[in-house]
Amino acid sequence: MSALPPYATTGQRAWYYSFRVICGLIFFFLIAPIVVIIPLSFNSQDFFTFTPEMLRLDPEGFSLKHYRDFFSNDSWQSAMWNSLKIAPMATLVSVTFGTLAAIGLSQPHVPFRRAIMAILISPMIVPLIISAAGMYFFYSRIGLQGTYIGVVLAHAALGIPFVIITVTATLVGFDRSLTRAAANMGADPVTTFFRIQMPLILPGVISGGLFAFITSFDEVVVVLFVGSAGQKTLPWQMFIGLREQISPTILAVATILVAISIALLATVEMLRRRSERLRGMSPS
Amino acid sequence: MSDTTQNGPVLAADGTPLKRSLAKALRMQKLRALMLIAPLLLFILVTFILPVGDMLFRSVDNRIVQDVLPNTVRALENWDAASSELPDEAVFAAMAVDLKAAAEIKVHTKVAKRLNYENPGMASVFRKSGRKVRKWDVENEGPYKERLIELNDGWADIELWRTIKTYSGQRTMGYFLNAVDMKLGADGAEVRPETERIYNTMLIRTMRMSLIITFSCIMLGYPVAWLLANITTRSANMLLILVLLPFWTSLLVRTSSWKILLQQQGVINDVLVWIGIVGDDNRLVLINNELGTIIAMTHILLPFMILPMYSVMQTIQPTYLRAAKSLGATNWTAFWRVYFPQSVPGIGAGSILVFILAVGYYITPALVGGTKGTFISNLIAYHISSSGNWGLGAALGAILLAVVLLLYWVYDKIVGIDNVKLG
Repeated sequence: MSALPPYATTGQRAWYYSFRVICGLIFFFLIAPIVVIIPLSFNSQDFFTFTPEMLRLDPEGFSLKHYRDFFSNDSWQSAMWNSLKIAPMATLVSVTFGTLAAIGLSQPHVPFRRAIMAILISPMIVPLIISAAGMYFFYSRIGLQGTYIGVVLAHAALGIPFVIITVTATLVGFDRSLTRAAANMGADPVTTFFRIQMPLILPGVISGGLFAFITSFDEVVVVLFVGSAGQKTLPWQMFIGLREQISPTILAVATILVAISIALLATVEMLRRRSERLRGMSPS
Repeated sequence: MSDTTQNGPVLAADGTPLKRSLAKALRMQKLRALMLIAPLLLFILVTFILPVGDMLFRSVDNRIVQDVLPNTVRALENWDAASSELPDEAVFAAMAVDLKAAAEIKVHTKVAKRLNYENPGMASVFRKSGRKVRKWDVENEGPYKERLIELNDGWADIELWRTIKTYSGQRTMGYFLNAVDMKLGADGAEVRPETERIYNTMLIRTMRMSLIITFSCIMLGYPVAWLLANITTRSANMLLILVLLPFWTSLLVRTSSWKILLQQQGVINDVLVWIGIVGDDNRLVLINNELGTIIAMTHILLPFMILPMYSVMQTIQPTYLRAAKSLGATNWTAFWRVYFPQSVPGIGAGSILVFILAVGYYITPALVGGTKGTFISNLIAYHISSSGNWGLGAALGAILLAVVLLLYWVYDKIVGIDNVKLG
């Protein structure tokens, strides 16, 4: 596919270009639904489609009114703050436990490794509605249903598989002679961990953390069941908005979330490349 | 060194045999690894595995009947459910005692609700009688058979007693049978009448739509993965961002954007009207039906298809294709007989992943599916949060979980859990 050879027949040429057009259309299908809401969110009318003014690029057709509504509406604001209170806590819990366990799992001799791995990854496999229903029953029995802690614990459990996967992936290329060298020179295990191992696996830990963060920040099914009105998060508010009466403010929220995900994607990409570079440097 | 030390066991520096000291070191290593894993394992067990297990247990749990009606259950043991005669006075007396005790602590409605799932109409019999029986003196005001039937002629219905007897065990398969549109009759499981079958329809619909979604993902994902694998790494990385961006974008953002785009007054219909494909007065109905769910979910799950396909196709040597062509194969033969078979593992991995994710979807079908495009998950959510028939919800959940775990096991055999990659 790299380039069309000069001897290509007309049929080959036609196929070459039509294939590219097909792929272009598929990429369009992937991206367009996300991109199209960005201009729509600047609509000065309460419509969900492009108004004639917008198509003429008339400044009258555009406004920030949906964004103003988002930042002044109490229910959207409290939803945003709830999300910002829950997601970092859940991330902290899953990163702490997850990193420790990932280091344990990548030791050379771990009994029942496959079984343990299967249990730790299970929150990612079990359909969310089943996790949500189970947590709803169990957490209400022990008094965690409808509390901040309950939601944080539930989201932390959902984020853990992502931390485990990214951190173990980073540890695969980790050079054990480095920790041995540190121990040889008299460093105790804690010092070795924080000064030798941690800086090297940090990219993996951070991207695992970002995955855990986005999992919690985006999650709606579990919070619908485990949370109560006091823990109404941004996705929950959007879910209600979409189901009951859809308000154009949702477009502004969606645009802000797209901006956040672009930032997160860029960070994870950067970290991945950095981690590959770091591992390339260490002798293996 | 003397001969004796060479023949004896090899010793470590401190004098213990090397074998034993190595075994000890290995044990220590294992212990340390387990100590590092233990906190998380405990955390997951308590916050996740236990809740899910607890819910699955609800699908067979039937303690309520025995807990609320202990005397009746015991008395019914001597009654033959196949006979066409009502139980004797002793059973009715036991029922009166149980009902009075239950009504005093207001649990008779719970057992009424439970039995009503199996035999609609029983709830009202229990509820109406419970209020009256509460005031009875159940020690010496017999005969209870006549009095109960006088109170509510539902007690004269032999089916009521059969249902109680059938569902008097601690465990029941009743919810599972309900979930596959069957019921427990006096003599074993039987199929429900045609008009009462809804859950099989729902299961089949979920499977069928998930298959359609998986298939559309293959059709759309294959060309893109092929393109990504066959251009320079630099351009592939650029294009990969277009695949990863939807992957990272909030699910609700993508769903809401489809909800907005697919409306009758939405952008897609506007464009179609503007081009002139459809008239302004008969705009397409793209949302709140199966089509809406399929379009939105194909878009949402497409990255999960492209990424595994791409990673498999990256490993296929382009020289094979050139070799095939130089041996006289046409473009199509070279692709179909040389390239395609090598890319099948990627298709398999992607398909299982997409299918697993699709069968368990809840949010998107709930928002764009209307009534025709909802999945089994939506039904589970309905039973857990609205109808209160938790046992049935749990049984449906257990069936869904079994399907997912089975597929996951297949995925593990083909791809391996450790090979799951993110981003």
